[in-house]
Amino acid sequence: MAETAQAIEVRDLHKRFGPLEVLKGVSLTARQGDVIALIGGSGSGKSTFLRCINMLELPTAGKVTIHGETIEMKSDGHGGLMPANRRQIQRLRTKLGMVFQSFNLWQHMTVLQNVIEVPVHVLGQPRDKAVEVAEALLRRVGLYEKRDAYPSFLSGGQQQRAAIARALAIQPLVMLFDEPTSALDPELVGEVLSVIGDLAQEKRTMILVTHEMKFARQVASHVVYLHGGVIEEQGPPEAIFENPQSERLKKFISSIH
Amino acid sequence: MSEVQVPSAYVAPKGRSLFEPHRIFLMLVFAVLIFCVAWFMRWDWLPRYQDRLIYGVGQTLLMLFSTAIVGFLFAVPLGLVQVTGPKPLALLARGFCTLIRGTPLLLQLWLLYYGLGSVFAQFPEIRSSFLWPYLRQAWPYGFTALMISFAAYEGEVMRGAFAGVPRGELEAARAFGMGRFTLFRRIWLPRAIHRALPTLTGETVLQLKSTPLVATVTVVDVYAIISRVRQETYLTYEPLLLLALIYLCLTGILVYAFRLLENRIPTRGV
Ligand SMILES: Nc1ncnc2c1ncn2[C@@H]1O[C@H](COP(=O)(O)OP(=O)(O)OP(=O)(O)O)[C@@H](O)[C@H]1O
Ligand SMILES: [Mg+2]
Repeated sequence: MAETAQAIEVRDLHKRFGPLEVLKGVSLTARQGDVIALIGGSGSGKSTFLRCINMLELPTAGKVTIHGETIEMKSDGHGGLMPANRRQIQRLRTKLGMVFQSFNLWQHMTVLQNVIEVPVHVLGQPRDKAVEVAEALLRRVGLYEKRDAYPSFLSGGQQQRAAIARALAIQPLVMLFDEPTSALDPELVGEVLSVIGDLAQEKRTMILVTHEMKFARQVASHVVYLHGGVIEEQGPPEAIFENPQSERLKKFISSIH
Repeated sequence: MSEVQVPSAYVAPKGRSLFEPHRIFLMLVFAVLIFCVAWFMRWDWLPRYQDRLIYGVGQTLLMLFSTAIVGFLFAVPLGLVQVTGPKPLALLARGFCTLIRGTPLLLQLWLLYYGLGSVFAQFPEIRSSFLWPYLRQAWPYGFTALMISFAAYEGEVMRGAFAGVPRGELEAARAFGMGRFTLFRRIWLPRAIHRALPTLTGETVLQLKSTPLVATVTVVDVYAIISRVRQETYLTYEPLLLLALIYLCLTGILVYAFRLLENRIPTRGV
């Protein structure tokens, strides 16, 4: 049944870049409505893990299941994996709304064009319907007035909110955020976090890589601490932040504060 | 005080008046120059050649646009394979671009016209084919040489433009499930062309000014017409001045048209 299916299930994920093994067997399940905060030091493999979920990085080993459908992989003959079914990956990717650290808006399109691009040209929705949805989303993230502006004329915070609207426009099953506020000036962080906070409040499933510990603690239903390519500790935010078990997590949390 | 001064990083230069002393002086000099040209030089031949001149301008523009458009269609794959591979194709494309860019256009044109043209003539199969009426004329060789040259130069420009599109934007497209073809058509190509437009403006102007070379192989463009005027009227400067003016105007129009195209997608910084 669709309701009982896990949104995302990752089993024993490994990833190596040449000699460097970045992920050494990570398993994670996101049920519908979960807000999972992924924390960890720089270089601990958070981004890599997130990018393996939508196959922007190809895992070396392991299994990714999205909405009950396991991504078909085959051996690439060099000890790694490669996609067995490109179409399947493209289809499953449209269920995952990714938000990047550096926004990655398409600079040759206006904000509105950015938001309707995937619904119209990938999902094949009629244009007027896509525009309607997009305008509602832009209103929601407070960018309706900027819908005809080009991204280079927006502030970082506005660009990131536009990028969030773009990801929401595909009506994703899960939102993936990779440090959405790290590239922003401090005074612009709040406006983006408040949008993400609203999404969490309405129980949208999401996986969020972040260095904003206070925010993670507020919105997350589950916190995962990644260290050295494995999950060192995980649990509800209160347990992780108030009563960390591992020495490393204790150190990490005190270093952030 | 009702108005508040908003400090901004960029202050636009104030529009200068047209009637500042140095401008008035320059305008006077220019007016005198034009008067002299009109008064002391002979322009009575103009009406006689008017129709032919218009025809010549048309031929020049036809040469320019046909070679630029077809050349650009070749430039896109030439640039793309150099960025995406596969390796052998990339090397081939790079070799082609280097070869064409490294040799004079006039030489290529003559090799095609005098070399290939005479080789064609030796084959009865070609002489009897339906293509022969065209291959006997000069313009196919002029067109081919100019087109290949444009393709090679713009192939190089497009290589840079394709490579310069930020990886993140392409990655975002992939992350949202875009297929390769859609990604190319919707994101990569338009983004690359947008980046390359300022360069393409300059290159198209250069192409315009390469077109008179085809007159050396008997194609009749505006340059050829002007040469004819010079032979028939024994005038030297007047026809050449007119020719300069014609190219100047065409360049101006081209640059303006490209500017409009560029402004359709405004960018800040770069
Ligand atoms: N494409 C790549 N090729 C080689 N090494 C890579 C590549 N991408 C990431 N790495 C390496 O993998 C490790 C983990 O990188 P990752 O970006 O996942 O870390 P992170 O936890 O997101 O760190 P940060 O908090 O700095 O973003 C790093 O040591 C990085 O240098
Ligand atoms: Mg990262």
